[in-house]
Amino acid sequence: MGAGRLYAAVAAGGFRRYATYRAATLAGVFTNTVFGVVLVYTYLALWDERPHLGGYDQAEAVTYVWLGQCLYATLAIQGGGFEKDLMERIRTGDIAVDLYRPADLQLWWLASDFGRAMFQMLGRGVIPFAVGALFFKMALPTDVGSWAALLVALLLAVLVSFGIRFLAALSTFWLLDGTGVNQAMMILGIFCSGMVLPLNAFPGALGEVVRALPWAAQIQLPADVLMGKTDPLHAYAFQAAWAVALLAAGRLLQSVATRRVVVQGG
Amino acid sequence: MDEHFIQLDRVEKVFDVRKKTGFMKRERRQVRAVDSISFAVARGEMVGYIGPNGAGKSTTIKMLTGILTPSGGRLRVAGIDPSRERTRLAHRIGVVFGQRTTLWWDLPLIDSYKLMHRMYRIPDARYAENLARCVELLELGALLDVPVRQLSLGQRMRGDIAAALLHDPEVLYLDEPTIGLDVISKAKVREFLRELNAERGTTVLLTTHDLQDIEQLCSRVMVIDHGRLMYDGPLTGLHEAGESERTLVVDLERELPPIEVPDARTVRVEGPRQWLTFPASASAAPLVARIAAEYPMVDLSVREPDIEAVIAKMYAEQAEKAVS
Amino acid sequence: MVESLRLRDGTRELPRWREGLRAYGLIAGMWVRSSMTYRASFVITVVGNLLVTGLDFATILLMFSRVDSLGGWSLPEVAFLYGLSATAFGISDLVLGSMDVLGTRIRDGSFDTLLVRPAPVLAQIGADHFALRRLGRITQGGLVLGYALVAVDVNWTVGKLLLVPVMLVCGAAIFGALFVAGAAFQIVAQDAAEVQNAFTYGGNTLLSYPPVVFGKDFVRGVTFMLPLAFVNWVPASYVLGRPYPLDLPPGAEFASPLVALVCCALAGLAWRAGLKSYRSTGS
Repeated sequence: MGAGRLYAAVAAGGFRRYATYRAATLAGVFTNTVFGVVLVYTYLALWDERPHLGGYDQAEAVTYVWLGQCLYATLAIQGGGFEKDLMERIRTGDIAVDLYRPADLQLWWLASDFGRAMFQMLGRGVIPFAVGALFFKMALPTDVGSWAALLVALLLAVLVSFGIRFLAALSTFWLLDGTGVNQAMMILGIFCSGMVLPLNAFPGALGEVVRALPWAAQIQLPADVLMGKTDPLHAYAFQAAWAVALLAAGRLLQSVATRRVVVQGG
Repeated sequence: MDEHFIQLDRVEKVFDVRKKTGFMKRERRQVRAVDSISFAVARGEMVGYIGPNGAGKSTTIKMLTGILTPSGGRLRVAGIDPSRERTRLAHRIGVVFGQRTTLWWDLPLIDSYKLMHRMYRIPDARYAENLARCVELLELGALLDVPVRQLSLGQRMRGDIAAALLHDPEVLYLDEPTIGLDVISKAKVREFLRELNAERGTTVLLTTHDLQDIEQLCSRVMVIDHGRLMYDGPLTGLHEAGESERTLVVDLERELPPIEVPDARTVRVEGPRQWLTFPASASAAPLVARIAAEYPMVDLSVREPDIEAVIAKMYAEQAEKAVS
Repeated sequence: MVESLRLRDGTRELPRWREGLRAYGLIAGMWVRSSMTYRASFVITVVGNLLVTGLDFATILLMFSRVDSLGGWSLPEVAFLYGLSATAFGISDLVLGSMDVLGTRIRDGSFDTLLVRPAPVLAQIGADHFALRRLGRITQGGLVLGYALVAVDVNWTVGKLLLVPVMLVCGAAIFGALFVAGAAFQIVAQDAAEVQNAFTYGGNTLLSYPPVVFGKDFVRGVTFMLPLAFVNWVPASYVLGRPYPLDLPPGAEFASPLVALVCCALAGLAWRAGLKSYRSTGS
């Protein structure tokens, strides 16, 4: 089997695994929709007091909310994708088996997480977004180009999201327990991705900082690309730079960790 | 002393099953997991309750313990209707689920026992006595301070049995108590149960896949299949009914009509897989050679007579009786 | 032999609710001791819980860094809403918040082992995975409430002051009823545990903001159908001297105990029905 087909099969497996949880997916759709509605109302009140906050008008703020709900599970903003499995395998030592597989550890998990993201997007993300578009005034572009641009931004966002969580998972090699890291990832994910408030609307220096962190690549930039608030190429460059940096760091950490396992005798 | 300590009178359990039959289409179907079963167990009896997977064993046990409510019929344990007075009954029964521990994973074994002590309100002296006895007979002494997660499967099973007995239950239900255990652990568990029954007069009802459990422990066996009671009597009768044949499972390259060879009978065909029975006294080798020569065989295995075979045989005999 | 059994049967039985509380205490204690076996993890999760739950208020602070009021409500007023809801929710989360493991317990069959114990199942499942880290939410909710009580511009009367603890208790009861109803739903649909998050966590988020922010139909829904409005919106409006949502008549501010009682009764019925329909796993 060619390498490409192997990883395609792994990705398909990741997709199918999540597709089997029908009730859980429906429950997730419902929850994201409810949270979306609550958030929309609070944003409307906020933008009512302060029009053009963060450079958005009300319709754009609403669009931002629903894109966020759509990407919440897709990008595993709170964690809970492949990294839990990987952490468990590292903790139990099963990881030694993975290292002897004729596949690259990082690519293997990337493929699997890509499959998961695809399912979460289609199965769980699209419906709340559609509900939002149906019941609230949104600022959706009508040209195909903007949507295509969003697609590219989302692909890069998946890479960044994976890169962050891969690093977090590998930390288990040294920490032996993922609880603390998972907690930290959850807090950073919610806050720095702009799940609670668009990063554009963060005040002063805090805003400068969060907009420079990799989490900005996850919701803020795709939203800005979709609504034409930024030059797509700028956004891509930012996302790609973080993706490359994170994936390279992951690769480095992986080789250090692998040597460690081999030295310990697996 | 009440003669019918456990009494079932035409007890039924019907489940509604929704089956997917197409995109968004579901079909509702009723499954009789337990179909009009009647039996009585006297105090102090030790009864084996056997049958293949999905036969209705666990469903029966769950109704006896009050976990499930019967769909019909009458059910009494120690005069109590289990599903109506589940918590009252709980004081008088002990339950061991073979594959699910009730012990506290992260805490030393003794902590789980202390919880039982308080939850069941076992008088202190009684608790101390029962614990000492279980510790001795089940050899738990060295394990009491070990977190349960560090125990082996056999050790944990022994620990679970002790946990189920600290409150002096009058009846003990065991669901697959020896599943997955090594030979030594199995022997210890059986020895303990035998003694419990002999000395304390505890009524024991156990489900198992392991005929040896029954052979060594039970004077009475009940066989259940498809929710119906197929056999109720001494073990010897069961032996006569079914232990005489072995089964050869043959995987062919493709689906074919039933294999025809002398000295063996094809009893089941499922796609390319076929089941043949042959006398336990005969050697399998010539039979295998013959089939390999005449049919495109991919794989095969020989099964010793087991509960499934016993039941299959009983079916066959019943059918014959019906015809003649 | 038999005589000793009879004697034991003769021990007096406690009323069910006391039996339940006792079992709850015993099991919760076991979970606390279990969690202490991983001390480092415990400390981390306590701090983590404090921070995660604090994110909600951080969001509100972020918003108020850009505006002076939200829907006409000032920061102390919104903090008042937030503190009441977060503390009430925190209490019910501490007491019943692990009910989402019920689905897992049903799927792996371990729910059966709870059913053969001589204690009410609701108490056992309520105490399941009891975790002291959940004190984090109560702590930060309480802190915000404390700030709000000082900062808010109210002419305190005895009645208004008394209403604060009443709101916390009734709020906790209303949220608790949601947890129990959610648990009952899980018996029917084990994988759908997340649905209850929409009502519990979602409800808590909702109640952190002034009712005027939300659409009328939406407010109607959370007043009459899912009476979350009685956790804080209605009584807090009274304390703050603001008009009631949906022009509810005067007196509505004291309806919370009644609403909580009805919610708990309904949740109890739902739990019973759920338990009755329990069918256990295949084997």
